[in-house]
Amino acid sequence: MKLALRYVALLAILAISIGPFLWQFATSIKGPGEDVFVPDFIPDDPTFGNYAAVADVVPVWTFALNSLGVASVNVVTNCLGAAMAGYALARLKFRGRRFAAVVFASSILVPFEAIMISLFLVMRGFGLTNTLTGVVLPGAIAALNVLLLRNAFLALPAEVEEAATIDGANAWQRFTRLALPSVKGTLVVVALFSFMFSWDDFLWPLIVLSDQEKYTLTIGLAYLQGTFVQNQRLVAAGTIIAVVPLILLFLLLQKHFFRGVGEGAIKG
Amino acid sequence: MTHRPYTPWLFLAPGLAICLMFTIFPFLNMIVLAFTDASALGGGRFTGVDNFVRMAQDPKFWAAARNSLLYMVCVVPPLVLLPLLIAMLAQKVVPGIGIFRTAFFTPVIASTVVVGLIWTWLLDSRGLVNNVVEALGGSRIGFLTDSTLLLISSMVVTVWRGLGYYMVIYLAALANVPKDLHEAAMVDGAGPVRRFWSVTVPSIRPTMVLVAALSAVNGFRVFSEIYLLSGGSGGPGGASTTLVMLIQLTGRGLTGEVGYASALSIVLFVILLGLLLITLRLNRREDRL
Repeated sequence: MKLALRYVALLAILAISIGPFLWQFATSIKGPGEDVFVPDFIPDDPTFGNYAAVADVVPVWTFALNSLGVASVNVVTNCLGAAMAGYALARLKFRGRRFAAVVFASSILVPFEAIMISLFLVMRGFGLTNTLTGVVLPGAIAALNVLLLRNAFLALPAEVEEAATIDGANAWQRFTRLALPSVKGTLVVVALFSFMFSWDDFLWPLIVLSDQEKYTLTIGLAYLQGTFVQNQRLVAAGTIIAVVPLILLFLLLQKHFFRGVGEGAIKG
Repeated sequence: MTHRPYTPWLFLAPGLAICLMFTIFPFLNMIVLAFTDASALGGGRFTGVDNFVRMAQDPKFWAAARNSLLYMVCVVPPLVLLPLLIAMLAQKVVPGIGIFRTAFFTPVIASTVVVGLIWTWLLDSRGLVNNVVEALGGSRIGFLTDSTLLLISSMVVTVWRGLGYYMVIYLAALANVPKDLHEAAMVDGAGPVRRFWSVTVPSIRPTMVLVAALSAVNGFRVFSEIYLLSGGSGGPGGASTTLVMLIQLTGRGLTGEVGYASALSIVLFVILLGLLLITLRLNRREDRL
């Protein structure tokens, strides 16, 4: 009896959590002859035509490619750049280490929303507005990831690297051959959340991009909604295109997601 | 460990360059710009505290600040309590629990834009929610056309999306609550409600405070939900605009008032920094527990 109640409650929350997605999916496969306003989760005549049609009104596949490109670069730069900086902070002794640590720590304290207008001017100074490079650069090596990786390196025993130093390994060799493979878990978390953060990002691309063919999926979808609001089937198809890759990624790498939330890698 | 004196700086160079160029410098520049009348085209004269005087007299600023504050105050209590209840429900290992936990997390995975568009459609004047309202005998509600309802609708979306995220944080905390505490309380005859208040809540209080702080910071920074549900307008007459949205609307484009937007940004920064410092402090305290 108690167990039955528990399942009823779980199912209710399940419906609240994924019901909206199912409704969006149902809308996206409704044919032009069907009234989208009728609350009918199972279309009479399901069709995937809207997925082709949405590409006729906006270059949705270009948007998706742009997003994929930006997110992939973001993953590589964050993993490599943040690991390098984190390694120096954790393992190398030098004058100025404190200065470097302060730069990263204070960067964490500056919320993006507070500097976005000023950042736009900087990007314009570099001539990088309305480019995908301009979208990637500000978050290319997030200070939070530097500190996450620094902590991961600090947690490793120092003896192995000390022995390698005696054997004549230089700093770069110790970093790539010994330290980096030992923090794989943290790297996966950093990679995952860099990808998600970048794929989700809305405010910065909205500010820095102006030409439609440069749009990432998020602002492309907002534009699609603004322009073709009368045809919900197309907007729905567009949102499903944007969400499916992330759901697949999540299903594949679930435990890392949950671990990442625990480590505070995601800002919510 | 031995290395050449410049080696650490080679390791640090990319990260330092990005942070200095794209965070620290824009931040310092923002402070300077806030005391000028700079436009998007450049230039700008030093105008002292004019921007701040203007802000004090600007009804748009006060409305936006009020909306952001209201947003924060309203989303924090449900985001502290509801995910905790869900986590307690999802904590017990029963057949299929993995599927439930995964499903509860799905809204976190979907980007804010996707979530915003899905809810815009659900809350449309002829959308699914209004269909349900009508079926129950009510009349259609203008969730997205009334400025107050638009704010409330956005808060609902924020809370809906936060449920799974904070649930995961709570699940981790609940796993650390010693089982014998519950058992002892049960032996003493405490019912489930009593055990919730006397055992669960005191054991995970640090996590609850952390969730409150995190959701407060994120609530005050709200942008996407309002932007998307209002179709970029900030509601009828811009009445539902939040502080971040006001900065974006003021500073963007060729007609952007960069000086004034910077002054607004300073206010946003000071408030968020206060909230962030509280969060970090709480986070550290939680780590020690």
